[in-house]
Amino acid sequence: MGAGIAIVAARAGFTVRVFDTSREALDRAHGQTGDFLEKSVARGKLSPIDRDATLARLIGSTRIADLADCEFVIEAIYENLTAKHDLLGQLDQVCPPETIFASNTSTISITEIAAGSGRADRFVGMHFCLPAQLMRLVEMSPGLNTSDETWRAAWAFCEALGQKPVATSDTPGFVLNYFLIPYHNDAIRLVEQGVASAADIDIAMKAAMGYSMGPFELLDLVGADTQKLLCDAMFGLTNEKRAACPPLIRRMIAAGHLGKKSGRGFHHYDDSKMFGA
Amino acid sequence: MPVNVIITGRSRSFPKDVPPMPGSGTVLAGTAAADVISGAAKAGLDFVAVELNNECLGHHIGLDADPITARIVGFARFRLGTADPSNLIELVSMDWTDEDAVAAAKAAFEGGGFVVACCADRPGRIVNRLIRPYFNAVLRRLDDGLASAADMDKTLMLGLGYPEGPNALLARTGLADHHEVSAVLEGALGDNDFTPARRAQIAWQRASK
Repeated sequence: MGAGIAIVAARAGFTVRVFDTSREALDRAHGQTGDFLEKSVARGKLSPIDRDATLARLIGSTRIADLADCEFVIEAIYENLTAKHDLLGQLDQVCPPETIFASNTSTISITEIAAGSGRADRFVGMHFCLPAQLMRLVEMSPGLNTSDETWRAAWAFCEALGQKPVATSDTPGFVLNYFLIPYHNDAIRLVEQGVASAADIDIAMKAAMGYSMGPFELLDLVGADTQKLLCDAMFGLTNEKRAACPPLIRRMIAAGHLGKKSGRGFHHYDDSKMFGA
Repeated sequence: MPVNVIITGRSRSFPKDVPPMPGSGTVLAGTAAADVISGAAKAGLDFVAVELNNECLGHHIGLDADPITARIVGFARFRLGTADPSNLIELVSMDWTDEDAVAAAKAAFEGGGFVVACCADRPGRIVNRLIRPYFNAVLRRLDDGLASAADMDKTLMLGLGYPEGPNALLARTGLADHHEVSAVLEGALGDNDFTPARRAQIAWQRASK
């Protein structure tokens, strides 16, 4: 997801420092980004000059100190409050006081994440939608301590990215995932119960509702491992049974069937190209 | 040879014309379709497809394996409330239904220009099983003040590429109809996620006056 957000920012003209602890992950993301932008050129949506400029604005690093000159930091790691606090605590030591931090969390409370950031007043929620490089929506959520100045600056930054911000309250799952996670779990349970195959369910939902993707096509993009984290976070916060992680997801994770990124999820894939590329 | 289509009353799947479908079979549509199942099943064609509303196929042919009913499948063209029917045919079979009959029925509907999804004989089939709890959650969260109906719709349309938000969709196709379907599934499944939300209950009560 971070790679998609980085594309959005770089495409909008911002210099982007992409941080990951793994050089291999950075290289993989860089390759996928190149493929995606190449396809954009082939489709006439991006000029070759803009492609090259966009790629040049993306600077990968495995050293957190390289983020010291960033004015805006968007955290997009996995859904674990402790891990987010650990990362944000390090960033707080590296970045200047005026730097605004944002979290791409889709389920965890912005106020709770901000509480471990060292700068709760300069912290907002910015939830991009998958695939971030194609979807315009960003759910913007203030924490209880977010200052008005930070909120306005983050909103303006989001618009400068070319995205469409929507204000949501700091409640579990905001709007999108509050509805999406249980809907996906319901679909998984239909497969578990033998009501229909994943392929037939995708066919049905697209044809009946005019959706561009079936639930399992989207789940394979999200990843089984991420779906489990989302479920655990949502269920832990809401206790709503539809948010509880279906056993099939746990078995798929154990089997390595994570989705598109592993070549097999509910569907099979013969490549790991970024969606849309 | 075209499929023989028998309309026995008002049909939710085919309110107007029925497109020609290739194959050796019979499609029984309309409210009285079940009354002519046994006669059609004895004709020896590749399949008999009987239109379903909210009921299961087992309601018409029982739950026990039977060579006479092994070529009978159920179908429903998905349709939300008062909207026009979609292009989706949900094709229902029992675990003992003849696989060739399912394949023949699927080929016939696809030959008629429909998209076909196969499923087991369970309440709500695929689409209603997935959208009714979702619609109820949307209506409940609207009451909770999560966001306005317009903002909720905008978020779901922009975020997921939905062609229409759930609130606008329900307003257009009928909250009372949602109540009807959801209440049937609540009864069949015993799951309170299908309990019609307050707004749907009010719409249904007002429509019933």
